[in-house]
Amino acid sequence: MIQEEKYEVAVIGAGAAGLCAATVCASAGRNTLVVDREEHPGGILRQCIHSGFGLRYFKEELTGPEYAERVAEKAERAGVRFRFGTTVVSIRRETDGALCLTSLSTAEGVRIIRADAVILAMGCRERTRGNLAVPGSRPAGVFTAGAAQRLLNIEGILPGKKAVIAGSGDIGLIMARRLTWAGIRVEAVVEIMPYPAGLTRNIVQCLDDFHIPLLLEHSLVNILGHGRVEAVEVAPLSRGVPVTERKFRIDCDTVLFSVGLIPENELSAEAGVELNPATGGPLVDSSYETGVPGIFACGNVLHVHDLVDFVSEEAEHAARMVLRRLDGSDGGSGQFPVRAESNLKYVVPNRFLPGCGTRFAFRSLIVCDDGVLEAEQNGKILLSKRFSCVRPAEMLTLEVPGSLLKEPGELKFRLRKGEEI
Amino acid sequence: MKKRDLICISCPFGCRLHAEWSGTFEELKITGNRCPRGAAYADRELRNPARIVTAVVRSTSAEHPWLPVRTDRELPKPLIDALLNRLYRMRVEVPVSRGDILIENFENSSVNVIFSSTTTR
Ligand SMILES: Cc1cc2nc3c(=O)[nH]c(=O)nc-3n(C[C@H](O)[C@H](O)[C@H](O)COP(=O)(O)OP(=O)(O)OC[C@H]3O[C@@H](n4cnc5c(N)ncnc54)[C@H](O)[C@@H]3O)c2cc1C
Ligand code: SF4
Repeated sequence: MIQEEKYEVAVIGAGAAGLCAATVCASAGRNTLVVDREEHPGGILRQCIHSGFGLRYFKEELTGPEYAERVAEKAERAGVRFRFGTTVVSIRRETDGALCLTSLSTAEGVRIIRADAVILAMGCRERTRGNLAVPGSRPAGVFTAGAAQRLLNIEGILPGKKAVIAGSGDIGLIMARRLTWAGIRVEAVVEIMPYPAGLTRNIVQCLDDFHIPLLLEHSLVNILGHGRVEAVEVAPLSRGVPVTERKFRIDCDTVLFSVGLIPENELSAEAGVELNPATGGPLVDSSYETGVPGIFACGNVLHVHDLVDFVSEEAEHAARMVLRRLDGSDGGSGQFPVRAESNLKYVVPNRFLPGCGTRFAFRSLIVCDDGVLEAEQNGKILLSKRFSCVRPAEMLTLEVPGSLLKEPGELKFRLRKGEEI
Repeated sequence: MKKRDLICISCPFGCRLHAEWSGTFEELKITGNRCPRGAAYADRELRNPARIVTAVVRSTSAEHPWLPVRTDRELPKPLIDALLNRLYRMRVEVPVSRGDILIENFENSSVNVIFSSTTTR
């Protein structure tokens, strides 16, 4: 028999975003459920055993599991209900306006969960080699960096003896140190761009500490081996094209791909939520409400964050908006579009409400040591802020007070390099 | 005169530092830093480089056969390999609580190894 239950707020995902959002809703007395397909709370944090989390949110440097347990304990104390080992397979809107989730679990089968508001907090997944189309055979020993992290840190399985890492994103860098400390030799990290994708801190502490070469402007052009990886071929790039005459071989039995993350939005898209091609996450208004009334989004499902602290802050903010909505505010009407222009990859949120102060988050497309971020509306600059250090790897934020956001009309943001002094 | 190039990681700028010294860091001269934190960073990196170490240790739990652990402060770099070897040979009994001490005062470094998560069974 199909079981049914009803909550005021249903949260999909028990990572940092889902836990922090649920805590706010339950603390306000709302009957709140969190559903996660895993057996434990924490999401991706559980496998991130390294430290570097929580400096902002907890004012302490924590490991991923510590951060996860702390936010999970807060949620439990607030009275959040949990359903683990349960995957949400669809979200629908009923004719009476209520939202309706269908979930599956091996223990309890199909369950229908009705809710007045749904918070999407499904996180992101890794891009794979398939997304990149690296040629070569398909031998064993090829992993995404995150999958290797899970193998090593949760299951205690060593993926190989000698590794090459493709892509210099933070997960790949963290894994270079992790593999080295586990006795696996990391031969090189190969990056197609002229600068590393990850944070400088990780370049220094995860590569330089172990003298692991970082091959910038190089590409993995082939994976060799039958049954198991035996070597890779790497070539330097000239104007983005591999110079195959200069390719060389690196012997290894393991290849990790660390080439970026994509918000996990199949479920959202099927529910009719419109996605932003620039983020891969839903388009949201200043209440973090998606185009489908009653469905909100926060955390990595909305846009990929580099710091979990920002995930927690965003989730709490989104949850406060959910509460306002449940208290009867009329939601997204009367909002105006927000656009990211020159040198910005994206802006979140994508709409604003006149008179209402809003914090915007951005990703830069450029590297510079003196950037000026400007907010413009109806031909007037409303606000500008200098950033002494702009990197695509680090999210930028700008708080625009309600007193400046009075007028209707499209709001545009752009980033320019500051004038030399 | 000895020299070394370093990258400061105290803030996202990542200033490229150049250090020169003689003997055992008498007259240590640091250039390239935009602010005093850079000099302090280089000083520490040269005299006593230390890192937070994290790892997993084998446990008796069927549900969580590997438990995450960390040093409670930065461990001097020369001791890292010895600590990892010791951790990889251990097998711990559950239950354990987050913050419990697994190894106390490792090699008289005044650094402890603690559990990063709570495991009841
Ligand atoms: C390898 C790695 C290293 C990082 N290092 C750092 C660092 O050093 N410092 C730092 O501050 N940040 C770091 N981050 C970033 C930070 O950890 C993440 O941004 C943050 O934890 C994401 O939280 P989230 O809740 O949005 O997503 P997640 O933690 O991914 O949680 C999503 C949850 O949703 C569940 N889920 C998804 N779909 C469904 C479904 N259909 N039904 C049920 N459940 C579902 C998943 O099981 C998962 O538990 C790192 C991230 C990664 C991946
Ligand atoms: S020297 Fe100062 S400005 Fe430069 S990276 Fe270090 S802390 Fe930042």
